[in-house]
Amino acid sequence: MTKKIGGVILDVNNISLSFGGVKALTDISFNVREHEIRAIIGPNGAGKSSMLNCINGVYQPQQGTIAFRGKTFKHMNSHEVAVMGVARTFQNLALFKGMSVLDNLMTGRNLKIKSGILMQALRLGPAEREEIRHREFVEHIIDFLEIQAYRKTPVGQLPYGLQKRVDLGRALAMEPQLLLLDEPMAGMNVEEKQDMCRFVLDVNDEFGTTVVLIEHDMGVVMDISDRVVVLDYGKKIGDGAPDEVRNNPEVIKAYLGTGH
Amino acid sequence: MGFFLETLLGGLMVGMLYSLVALGFVLIFKASGVFNFAQGAMVLFAALAMARFAEWIPQWTGIQSLLFANLSAFVLAGALMFVLAWLIERLVLRHLVNQEGATLLMATLGITYFIDGLGQTIFGSNVYKLDIGMPKEPVMAFENVFQGGILINKEDLIAAAIAAALVALLSLFFQKTSTGRALRAVADDHQAAQSIGIPLDRIWFIVWCVAGVAALVAGMIWGSKLGVQFSLTTLALRALPVVILGGLTSVPGAIIGGLIIGVGEKLSEVYLGPYVGGGIEIWFAYVLALVFLLFRPQGLFGEKIIDRV
Repeated sequence: MTKKIGGVILDVNNISLSFGGVKALTDISFNVREHEIRAIIGPNGAGKSSMLNCINGVYQPQQGTIAFRGKTFKHMNSHEVAVMGVARTFQNLALFKGMSVLDNLMTGRNLKIKSGILMQALRLGPAEREEIRHREFVEHIIDFLEIQAYRKTPVGQLPYGLQKRVDLGRALAMEPQLLLLDEPMAGMNVEEKQDMCRFVLDVNDEFGTTVVLIEHDMGVVMDISDRVVVLDYGKKIGDGAPDEVRNNPEVIKAYLGTGH
Repeated sequence: MGFFLETLLGGLMVGMLYSLVALGFVLIFKASGVFNFAQGAMVLFAALAMARFAEWIPQWTGIQSLLFANLSAFVLAGALMFVLAWLIERLVLRHLVNQEGATLLMATLGITYFIDGLGQTIFGSNVYKLDIGMPKEPVMAFENVFQGGILINKEDLIAAAIAAALVALLSLFFQKTSTGRALRAVADDHQAAQSIGIPLDRIWFIVWCVAGVAALVAGMIWGSKLGVQFSLTTLALRALPVVILGGLTSVPGAIIGGLIIGVGEKLSEVYLGPYVGGGIEIWFAYVLALVFLLFRPQGLFGEKIIDRV
């Protein structure tokens, strides 16, 4: 598979984050290139999710800057980040449980909806046409993720693996330029993991979406990512192509411990 | 038979008005997960504003038309509710994003006292008459069906119609518009809603505006029936059992709950009252709510809470 990897789209510079006395991240720098799948891996508690939450604007790092498409930001909330074209999924599913799969995905279109409340309420022509256009887009995602059968099911009633897919679908509905996936394969069986890998690869391939994904299962990550960052205890201990990282002694030490 | 029907209808009318107040609770809870204790205070505030504006506008403009006075008073009072909604979002809620439900509840308690005081400071604390031109004379119906027919209050009929229209409108808004969808999304999960770019502040402003309008309509109808006075806030307490019965997250639930409580109150008062010395109307709703809490804590139409262990 050959793909075009573009220039740097996300640039993370010297990020440090601490909660009280606990240092979650220390001086982390790395970048993400357009159209690539970039993984952040590390043992439990390495600071992977904290890193993602910094990029997503949930946490404000004490030091360092993050630049997205050359635009540097320091204090931004998740809403502003979403407006810039960054979507995310959640490690512990944060779907709208009482709503149907379709409605969940449609909320992802929220930023794209231009017609005002009054127009929507009165079901005026333009608002109606816009709604139909968005619905078509969402149907496309539903087909893509193979969840046609569950369109009208309340998300809370779906099994875990499918909920993960809906979570991905909602993020895709935003047509993001950058997609952040927080442990998309956590808690899944082998088959579900393979499905999810396929979806992530397809998204990247078909839509050209840049993907940053977090995972602690090394096996999965090595197969699908272009470059890998390895964190341990909040510090970066490795960065590079999967093979390179796999043979890095520091990484082996972090994952397997030192021999005595 | 006629007497039973009359009692039943009377109950339905009162119930419709309970529903209106309950609706305010449900709207805000649905959209922000906040149990808004201030709904009763908002009803009073809106009713006070409406009554006083209707009184002042003929004096300011010199136009002695009841319709004009009422219409402009309604618009002005509505605008005031919007300002109030904006202030509440700006000064209180914005600072409490992602906080515990209990914190938000306490905040609305504070807002309750503030609005109570503010309303009476601006508009005075007497009992005010509010004449929105509703016909007061009763009509007879079904005279040919059975002997004597039944007596219906025209005012109640109109009130019920207004309430029903408002409810239908709101259900459409919640279920069929993309803003309604965003509102439901925010209610489910603040964090996730923000991450997909739903602006919390705007959503909260909208929902408090809508709740403000619901309060205005409820206050207007109650005020026209009973006069605008402080006791309107206790209406909110009556709406609590309605909300418990219907389910905190359901618009139709608020309606059905209100009707059940209204009818239950009246029927029990008339038919059971004599055996226990009367006064059932006062506590009936609360006992019913208690029974519901025991057997169906999510209410008639509420979403069942399923916890994945």
